[in-house]
Amino acid sequence: MTETRKPALRATAIDKFFAGAIALDQVDLTLYPGEVHALLGENGAGKSTLIKCITGAYHRDGGTIELDGSPIDPRGPVESQALGIGTVYQEVNLLENMTVADNLFLGWQPMRAGMVDRRRMNRRAAEILAGYGLHIDPSLLLSSYSIAIQQVVAIARAVELSGKVLILDEPTASLDREEIDLLFSVVRELTARGMAVVFITHFLDQVFEISDRATVLRNGRVVGTRKLADVTQGDIVELMLGRHLEATKRKSQQTEPGDAILSLKDFGKRGMIDPFDLDLRQGEVVGLAGLLGSGRTETCKVIFGVVSADRGSAQLRGTPVRLSSPRTALEHRLGLCPEDRKTDGIVGDLSVRENIILSLQARQGWTRPLSRSRINAIVDEYVKALDIRLASPDMPIRLLSGGNQQKALLARWLATEPDILILDEPTRGIDVGAHAEIIQLIERLCAQGMALIVASSEMEELVAYSTRVIVLRDRRQVRELQGDEITTDRIVKSISQGESAA
Amino acid sequence: MIGATFRRITPQLIILGIVLLLNFLVFPGFFSIEFQNGRLFGNLIDVLNRGAPVALLSIGMTLVIATKGIDLSVGAVMAIAGAVAASVVTGGGGWFTALIAALAAGLLCGLWNGVLVAFLRVQPIVATLVLMVAGRGVAQLITEGKIMTFLNEGLIFLGAGTILGLPTPIIIWLAMGTLVTFVVRRTALGMLIEAIGINETASRLAGINSRVLLLAVYLISGVCAATAGVIVAADIKGADANNAGLWMELDAILAVVIGGNSLLGGRFSIVASLLGALIIQSVNSVILLSGMPPEFNLVIKALIIIVILVIQSPTVKHALYLLRASAGSAVPEAHAVGPRNSPAKETRS
Amino acid sequence: MTRSPRLSLYITMATFVLAYAVCAWQYPAMFSTRVVANLLTDNAFLGITAVGMTFVILSGGIDLSVGSVIAFSGVFLAVILRDTTMHPLVAFALLLAITISFGAAVGAIIHYLEMPPFIVTLAGMFLMRGLAYVLSTDSVPITHEFYDTIQDVYWKAPSGGRFRLIGGIMILCYIAAMIVLHRTRFGQNVYALGGNLATARLMGVPIARTTVMIYAIAGGLAGLAGIVYSVYTSAGYSLSTVGVELDAIAAVVIGGTLLTGGSGFVAGTFFGILIMGLIQTYIVFDGSLSSWWTKIVIGGLLFAFIMLQKALSWATTTRRRPATEFATRS
Repeated sequence: MTETRKPALRATAIDKFFAGAIALDQVDLTLYPGEVHALLGENGAGKSTLIKCITGAYHRDGGTIELDGSPIDPRGPVESQALGIGTVYQEVNLLENMTVADNLFLGWQPMRAGMVDRRRMNRRAAEILAGYGLHIDPSLLLSSYSIAIQQVVAIARAVELSGKVLILDEPTASLDREEIDLLFSVVRELTARGMAVVFITHFLDQVFEISDRATVLRNGRVVGTRKLADVTQGDIVELMLGRHLEATKRKSQQTEPGDAILSLKDFGKRGMIDPFDLDLRQGEVVGLAGLLGSGRTETCKVIFGVVSADRGSAQLRGTPVRLSSPRTALEHRLGLCPEDRKTDGIVGDLSVRENIILSLQARQGWTRPLSRSRINAIVDEYVKALDIRLASPDMPIRLLSGGNQQKALLARWLATEPDILILDEPTRGIDVGAHAEIIQLIERLCAQGMALIVASSEMEELVAYSTRVIVLRDRRQVRELQGDEITTDRIVKSISQGESAA
Repeated sequence: MIGATFRRITPQLIILGIVLLLNFLVFPGFFSIEFQNGRLFGNLIDVLNRGAPVALLSIGMTLVIATKGIDLSVGAVMAIAGAVAASVVTGGGGWFTALIAALAAGLLCGLWNGVLVAFLRVQPIVATLVLMVAGRGVAQLITEGKIMTFLNEGLIFLGAGTILGLPTPIIIWLAMGTLVTFVVRRTALGMLIEAIGINETASRLAGINSRVLLLAVYLISGVCAATAGVIVAADIKGADANNAGLWMELDAILAVVIGGNSLLGGRFSIVASLLGALIIQSVNSVILLSGMPPEFNLVIKALIIIVILVIQSPTVKHALYLLRASAGSAVPEAHAVGPRNSPAKETRS
Repeated sequence: MTRSPRLSLYITMATFVLAYAVCAWQYPAMFSTRVVANLLTDNAFLGITAVGMTFVILSGGIDLSVGSVIAFSGVFLAVILRDTTMHPLVAFALLLAITISFGAAVGAIIHYLEMPPFIVTLAGMFLMRGLAYVLSTDSVPITHEFYDTIQDVYWKAPSGGRFRLIGGIMILCYIAAMIVLHRTRFGQNVYALGGNLATARLMGVPIARTTVMIYAIAGGLAGLAGIVYSVYTSAGYSLSTVGVELDAIAAVVIGGTLLTGGSGFVAGTFFGILIMGLIQTYIVFDGSLSSWWTKIVIGGLLFAFIMLQKALSWATTTRRRPATEFATRS
């Protein structure tokens, strides 16, 4: 019956290409006034790209957008805001150095005799926020309030300036439960006023809590739009991940894991990952499964000391160690290939050669440079072993394709001959060929007796190579799967049902 | 390796060649060098000699800028080092003690800057501003506000003497340039400095101790500045806390920029910066020899910076890239959408 | 505790009051209208420059060219008044037009060529100082009767202090700047730019126009400071006001404005100027202290305020850091 209403926003057959690759393929999205519409999909599915095409941050390559029945073509967020589409991002896009009222009214301050009327501005701000159930002093700095309140201020600004469609891009990612409740009551208030809200998140519980319908994207295509009253979380997870995965076969020959190497007890960091225990043995691959934001990456970072743990203890071969920085982790023969290759992995302007030897050199210290022949030997060895395709090892690494960059980063860590290698999303954003090679490499390393921790959003992969799979949800370990239990089905179930899967 | 270095410094060599040719055109005797009283004389030698302080500063500044930093305090450090050296010899110390004391003062200044930048995480421009303001006062404190003159032969030799016919400053900056280049390129220091300048997060994750490296570059910059300060003091046989090294930090930064090193950090070439210092000095020489009033010196320098800025600007680079791309094949998609959300646009320091 | 952006302003004001109290306690003669009047007169040109610098620094930039602009202005006026029959007021207008255009050009280069303000204004510094040299390398005296007239305008306070016109102009500049920064959309946009450029753009702040205007204001105020300086010294000299940009930056920072931009008050800059002037006055009164202590003390204050700001920003941000900085990005 909602479908008979006039849509607030209708995007039809949106196409977007990046450097020849298809990012969005004929994507449709329809929003009705008064509904919360969840936009779901794993990383890279095209959610952000779609939003950017709608707000005009990206120029779309095809398709039409209608707002209240008339076609629009905004050329940027400011223009789309003026048309009636407001966007609120995860990292609050407001100015922390200014007051709450300043942020609400920047660019449209109430004026009197050519001057900004601060008194009226503060009073109006207080009134507007009171409408959302927030009773705060708007003349204080934005930074003096928590993220949740900042989110509400951002929403209030967006609503005041646009008022038809509100896009919430991961608004809850850094909020705790009470703050989420506050935010949701604001959202309900807005839909009651007849606004259409797009809700992007990775937390399925929240989707079911607040949304009316959901559109699921995968690889730049819409795989389905569902009324949430009619489906279960499992259905949605399957839509997001794709059903074909279930067919994956598990490798039969599993080497027997060896001695324990790393033992973490009650290890955790407040606000990042709840305390967990982990025993890692030689020759095993521990897979970390979970949706984005579930704590996969956080687990990797805490173990490697990118952010040092604030509780718990770590033992390496029985000796207590403090993994307080990547440097100490490197010295203890740990390695980490980070999730975000561009910002955390490659040193773009350095050559492939230099990128490969960087960590080994860092461990040796600057006074003891690797000899030219040793460098050449290492680089040649790994370029060959990992089949890194390049014109010359002296070319800047940023010119390589994603898959080859990833292999070079793997080479960087393999060159340090680590005992423990942590891989965070090792196959993200790389082509099919390199994908298969990296999986084979993980299996080979494991067979050689290395201990690996692999975080991945690709269940299929985890099933293929993991000795054990730890399932995370809401930054907590909820389940450990072993042996025959490791199937995509079980993983998906554990993710969608949390502890109740046990 | 040699070929790559040569390619890297080709633009600087060409510019230097042009400026030297201009020198020749306005003063045909420019290239003639004479040997008298055991010393080489000639305009070319003068350029090399007069360019010594900026050349020395540019060595340290190159490394600092490679880490995305900047050292505004070098001029003040020069004044401090000159004052320290002068006060040691006037107090009866030998020239060697004076030199060591001056270098130690430079190290101390570098340590101060380095700790602020690397450990307290103060923006480099802010951190070094403190010493830029206070340093000259400290130098005046040491000289008690006077130009502290001295007659110590050994110290004066450092600024006005000759070794094998060449003025000592030339030998010193050549030696320092060679030494630092050798140290950063024969050890892994150079590569690690470039790594933190290009991507500090990734470098830290790769296990590089970025703090120690940052500290190191400010220490080197301090030592280079101190050496330059001693030379300048020795040259005029006195420490002038007010004027020694005044505005030289800007010349040093300019030399680094002319050397084609990006102010945003990363890949660096000390040789290119040294050529940049020589280009600046040659421009000074042209203005002097052409009989043009020296007043034009700064205007011309300003115009040179503006031209270089325009060439180095990301916007212009991008425009050139598009021009070339459209002349050749089609413009790659990634660049066509690039400017709207290019991260470079958001950086201002 | 750290909720108010005014905290560092209050600290600056308290520092001044305390310092002045100490001075007056040690040298009771310093507690007089004459000292206060001289403080305003002697620092008028620096004060006006610092207003422009406050705009620039609040927006997250820096302007190294102001000292040269002042020197250029002085020489320009002196040469014009020597060689032509132009009335000084016309010359003032012409000069302000030049320096405002110069500032606007600097702002445009910074914005459109995406170059760091530091290096662009460095070029501007060389250019203006060079043009001053080109106009004249000697100190050119100004003997126009209009200058005498301006210099004779003062208000004599009961106990003998002479509050001169140029001090008044400085105070007017501060009042005007306060109104512009806090009561106009442009002023709010200056803070927005300094807070976060990308966010400001997303929130619809006209970046190009604001940047150009900020540097035009800094250029214009430096020109005005040049006029004031020429009235103060009755001469134009291309080697004068070397390093004034550093003093202006120091005053802004001591005044509690964040060098990274986005936070601070022009009123704080006023007190920063007063503190710096007070240090000089104290040294004069003391007689035994040497002038270089001014630089050392200002450097020390600079350091203290930078550390204070660091500590304050730490106290406000550490609370939330873990969640925002390491939450998984989409």
